[in-house]
Amino acid sequence: MAFSAGFSPHPKVSYANSAPTGVASEAEYVELGVTERCDPAAVRAALDDALPLGLDIVEVVEAISPDFVQRLEASIWQIELPGMGVAEVEIAAQKLLAQGEITVERLTKNGVRAFDARGPVVMLTAEPGSGCAILRAVVRHATPSVRPDDLLTALRQVAGLVPPAPPRVTRLAQGPLDPVGATVGDPFTPDRAPLAAAKN
Amino acid sequence: MSAGSLGRMSVSDLARRGASVFDQLELLLPLVSKPIQYVGGELNATLKAWDDVQVHWVLMYPDAYEVGAPNQGVQILYEVINERADALAERTYAIWPDLEVLMREAKVPQFTVDGHRPVGDFDLFGVSFATELGYTNMLSALSLAGIPLLARERDEAHPIVIAGGHAAFNPEPISDFIDAAVLGDGEEAVLLITDLTRDWKSAGRPGGRAGLLLELAKTGVIYVPAFYEVEYLPDGRIQRVTPTLPEVPWRVRKHTLMDLDSWPYPKAPLVPLAETVHERMSVEIFRGCTRGCRFCQAGMITRPVRERSITGIAAMVENGLKKTGYEEVGLLSLSSADHSEIADVARNLADRYEGSKTSLSLPSTRVDAFNVDLANELSRNGRRSGLTFAPEGGSERMRKVINKQVTEEDLIRTVTTAYCAGWRQVKLYFMCGLPTETDEDVLQIAQLARDVIKAGREATGSRDIRCTVSIGGFVPKPHTPFQWAAQLDHVTTDARLAKLRDAIRADRNYGKAIGIRYHDGKPGIVEGLLSRGDRRVGAVILAAWQDGARFDGWSEHFSYDRWMSAADRALTGQGVDVDWYTIRERTKTEVLPWDHLDSGLDSEWLWEDWQAALDEVAIEDCRWTPCFDCGVCDQMDTQIQVGPTGVTDLPMPMVPVHAPVAEAATQPGS
Repeated sequence: MAFSAGFSPHPKVSYANSAPTGVASEAEYVELGVTERCDPAAVRAALDDALPLGLDIVEVVEAISPDFVQRLEASIWQIELPGMGVAEVEIAAQKLLAQGEITVERLTKNGVRAFDARGPVVMLTAEPGSGCAILRAVVRHATPSVRPDDLLTALRQVAGLVPPAPPRVTRLAQGPLDPVGATVGDPFTPDRAPLAAAKN
Repeated sequence: MSAGSLGRMSVSDLARRGASVFDQLELLLPLVSKPIQYVGGELNATLKAWDDVQVHWVLMYPDAYEVGAPNQGVQILYEVINERADALAERTYAIWPDLEVLMREAKVPQFTVDGHRPVGDFDLFGVSFATELGYTNMLSALSLAGIPLLARERDEAHPIVIAGGHAAFNPEPISDFIDAAVLGDGEEAVLLITDLTRDWKSAGRPGGRAGLLLELAKTGVIYVPAFYEVEYLPDGRIQRVTPTLPEVPWRVRKHTLMDLDSWPYPKAPLVPLAETVHERMSVEIFRGCTRGCRFCQAGMITRPVRERSITGIAAMVENGLKKTGYEEVGLLSLSSADHSEIADVARNLADRYEGSKTSLSLPSTRVDAFNVDLANELSRNGRRSGLTFAPEGGSERMRKVINKQVTEEDLIRTVTTAYCAGWRQVKLYFMCGLPTETDEDVLQIAQLARDVIKAGREATGSRDIRCTVSIGGFVPKPHTPFQWAAQLDHVTTDARLAKLRDAIRADRNYGKAIGIRYHDGKPGIVEGLLSRGDRRVGAVILAAWQDGARFDGWSEHFSYDRWMSAADRALTGQGVDVDWYTIRERTKTEVLPWDHLDSGLDSEWLWEDWQAALDEVAIEDCRWTPCFDCGVCDQMDTQIQVGPTGVTDLPMPMVPVHAPVAEAATQPGS
């Protein structure tokens, strides 16, 4: 484990784009600094062992390319809305997409901030779930980031959508944005490519 | 808000006991602050299948998770119980008011953080009280759990509620709410209670709830308040406390764990996911203290001194670091520099972890130059935390009264050594409101702080040094020589502290180099009421809780007025009031509410020590001078267990987890 220099050294760990509190995620990324070259599979197993149930280390990749965080351009979010029908959610989603800009407010550490919650939304669709409607959103990472609760605020503002129960939110993926397919790709691709080439 | 509002368990519910409520709780978590404190999942947490064991314990530290999770007592008992094949233990902490409101609305019961099981489903509910200010949080937990607040209203479907910790040495104020109390070390006590509970359950619960309580009481080491009757004199004092059944003993003894080396707990300390007040691993290096500070309840009720050996300490540090990944180790005790082998312990551990990121600390140390050397040794790995010294009393006279044997010369020499060794800031801790104290005694604190800065500037040639004076209000505690003393009223306390503050601020030469931190005297009065209260104070606690008292140790939640109005209502017609409990001096013949609870201290000795305090006579420490007959070793059949073991270097390579006990460590007088 590498440590920062200075009076009180800290382990070099940086969390990129961490999901907000109360949200589930299948795709969180963390960069670790180490002092010697390690076997990624061994690091994965050791970390996974030390973490509680439900926090799973899916994959460890040696970072051989720079600017990893910049590759996390967008997220796919799944928002389950218990007790809501797919039709009303679909209509609300269409209303949101029809707008050019929707200003929402959120309380941040520096007070209330107003920002556009529409611009970063690349895709927004509704589908039926069991006992709920499910929103699927592809959202570009911006500053401040547009989070699922901001999307719901925007939906309330433009379409009066008010979920009767707390929504269940899951981040499904993060990575480079594919604007054509309205999806995100694998952010590890540049780090995997040389390995694959070496094997061939 | 009634206790039964969450519904009583019916017999058919028994089958579903121990089922997780996490699905209901999860819906509330996004709506509250710091939800991570409620999810559990810590490294080294244990979760067992409900039906695999016969005895189910839930352990509570009655404060927020961030304060309670690092608590050593709970962590030790959690492990000791979970090591048994026939029992399990889970943990629960106080719920913040934001979640409490939502839980009541959604009918989610008080839950454990391990299995998110309803607290009401467990057989035994142990609550560890480090301070009396946790009492109202216990009531919140009982209420949220659907357990009747009053012990006499509970039936077989409810857990047996057991209080422990230092405050349990006078559990009378909470005797309406608890079924039992355990005095002293908990390790063997929980094993005994587990045995008796298992046998009672497997025998078909003979005698019902009262049957088990009687089994507990008959041991003589578990206090069951319901089996004692308290009678009062017309003037409000206690006339007598008598057992109501012939099998129940007149006095209940405290537990004393001997040979710490054979109890190396916690072996796998918990590593919380949430931020907590102590982000470090702790290793207890000895238990008990015989310095004899007369205000110190911890030092009086935990005698005799029992040391862990140098090899035992090293094994716990090594094993704990491996299991947790912590980067700081605190060597815990009531006065860590008093360990007979502390210099070797510090040097060996510093050597062993040199170059790693592991730092060591001694959280409680007394004032002497030796400790500065120790602190230097311990901070070899870079991080240098602040140095705190506790002269406790501002004047030489005051320090004789409280038996804190530090001279002004000692203090100035120590602090100057620290400044010369590179520390720029030291903290000095004092108390205000001690018996016989005058304004002049407290104003001496200002003089002492000036002298410290003056000597520090001369020795270092630098003006860049500071000291912070931190002052706590003195609260007389049961089982100490000051148990008879009058507490200082809060108006005089505040006036005295204001004079001290003005004296420090008015000093043009040194004032800016001296910081002063203190609290007003009001919370101390409530603490005083609860710590020396009797059974009649239970009604005050209930009234304050019903009026919203929660988290009384937190200044933002504490309300003095709420407590005083609760006391007015609850004590009306009893002939006693808050002043009677707090600022009144007791006489030798008065029956104290805790006299039937045996801490081992001889009450005759305590009274003599109280008289010695008034005469400003100090007594020595029995580790280095002859026994002064406090009574503990005789009455409890225990002995001081100190080194040296003769081992000065730690074996390399690493010692095993269960280090063989060095014989000399357990032999008294060696």
